[in-house]
Amino acid sequence: MRRFSLPSLLSEAFNAHQGWQRQWRDPAPKASYDAIIIGGGGHGLGAAYYLAKEHGLTNIAVLEKGWIGGGNAGRNTTIIRSNYLYDESAALYEHAVKLWEGLSQELNYNVMFSQRGVLMLAHNVHDVQSFKRHVYSNRLNGIDNEWMTPQQAKEFCPPLNISPDIRYPVMGAALQRRGGTARHDAVVWGYARAADALGVDILQNCEVTGINRGPDGAVTGVETTRGPIKAKKIGVSAAGHTSVVMGMAGVRMPLESFPLQALVSEPVKPCFPCVLMSNAVHAYISQSDKGELVIGAGTDQYVSYSQQGGLHITTHTLDAICELFPQFTRMRMLRSWGGIVDVTPDRSPIIGKTPVKGLYVNCGWGTGGFKATPGSANVFAHTIARDEPHPINAPFTLDRFRTGRLIDEAAAAAVAH
Amino acid sequence: MLLVPCPYCGARPEIEFRCGGEAHIARPADPSALSDAEWANYLFIRTSPKGVHAERWLHAHGCGRWFNAIRNTVSDSFLATYKMGETRPDSAAAESTQGGK
Repeated sequence: MRRFSLPSLLSEAFNAHQGWQRQWRDPAPKASYDAIIIGGGGHGLGAAYYLAKEHGLTNIAVLEKGWIGGGNAGRNTTIIRSNYLYDESAALYEHAVKLWEGLSQELNYNVMFSQRGVLMLAHNVHDVQSFKRHVYSNRLNGIDNEWMTPQQAKEFCPPLNISPDIRYPVMGAALQRRGGTARHDAVVWGYARAADALGVDILQNCEVTGINRGPDGAVTGVETTRGPIKAKKIGVSAAGHTSVVMGMAGVRMPLESFPLQALVSEPVKPCFPCVLMSNAVHAYISQSDKGELVIGAGTDQYVSYSQQGGLHITTHTLDAICELFPQFTRMRMLRSWGGIVDVTPDRSPIIGKTPVKGLYVNCGWGTGGFKATPGSANVFAHTIARDEPHPINAPFTLDRFRTGRLIDEAAAAAVAH
Repeated sequence: MLLVPCPYCGARPEIEFRCGGEAHIARPADPSALSDAEWANYLFIRTSPKGVHAERWLHAHGCGRWFNAIRNTVSDSFLATYKMGETRPDSAAAESTQGGK
């Protein structure tokens, strides 16, 4: 791997940029690997990178049915924050934010991590009480989060309409200054490039069609569209298709897959300084470095793999955006799209072992997996390498739905994910 | 937005409905006799298939009645609807009569 540096940039500048190499190889699948990751998104490629870097497993492959980063990694709204209520979630997401803070340097790839602050609006008394509880809980966990009055929120985010006569007036906000955004493609490519440099095979257009198991029930490998591949350890990181992949091993999951939509506007000059979320009126907005407003909408109500959702879902979000930011009422939307998200009953992810020996799963990120990418990948790699969970992901077992030890962010948090 | 064929009212826009999730999950007759794993299976485990799926819908802003539907989760097209208590129609037959898309 040729490292990016000031000298390499300068030398290429005088060489018409003809000397850059491809960022990762396109190898043919080997007959067997020590471990296989199914799913070439940020979580899967990150897991392969940490397996190689921190656990010395370099004879591994990432199997991606399409092209890397072409699923939810390329479809999300790139919001990063760690202001979750419960200790277990706070530890997991804060682990991710700490890794985000050094990720560009670690990968030698600019992931454009921008800690521009995440502002979450409160519109009613319940929001105010809930968000203040979050602020106190976060501080106890050493996570920055602060309460803002409407005036302070307006100072931090000048486009915000804090007029008391709108339908859902802003009664305050919680601000995590260390939250922000990153460039989703760069995260995927950075992990792919770094993992490839450590010897990881990235196999694209390689869809898993079956999971093979031996007489003792343990996994022995997978069937793919590029032929059978043997492996004693398989990590499933397949996002919305987790139920489908796990079904190949006969494991039924506490998951439902729903379409989640997002949209971007035409690019405009910098006009929006932070990430803003309003769960009560359902608006999520930030401005990308290209200048597009990036807007997240909600999920549809039915199970679907169609990667498209209902127009009334996006309309609902745009209604809220226009009320909070009247200056955007004449902004034209450029593109909208849908991804398929796998949602657990308690809205917390599942990262850990499964009833099948050698089969591990990282799923259930629902509508908010991007923010956790480095942390999730890091602890998933630990789980696969050591056959036991990292202390951070130990509470996020599949078994919690049997024991009842749910991590119920959905009910208590009043946050979207 | 889906056009949902209510068996009582005919095709109506999706915003009149609530989707009630996977159909044909019967509440166990004697919950206290179940193991934790069996109870978890009833409460939490879902099929979430890529393909033909049986699910419940409520025509909340219409007749107010629940019904079951067979829908293809790839094309989102409804293959059949039937009233609560009726047995699930053969999904292959439903698909061939109404078409996959």
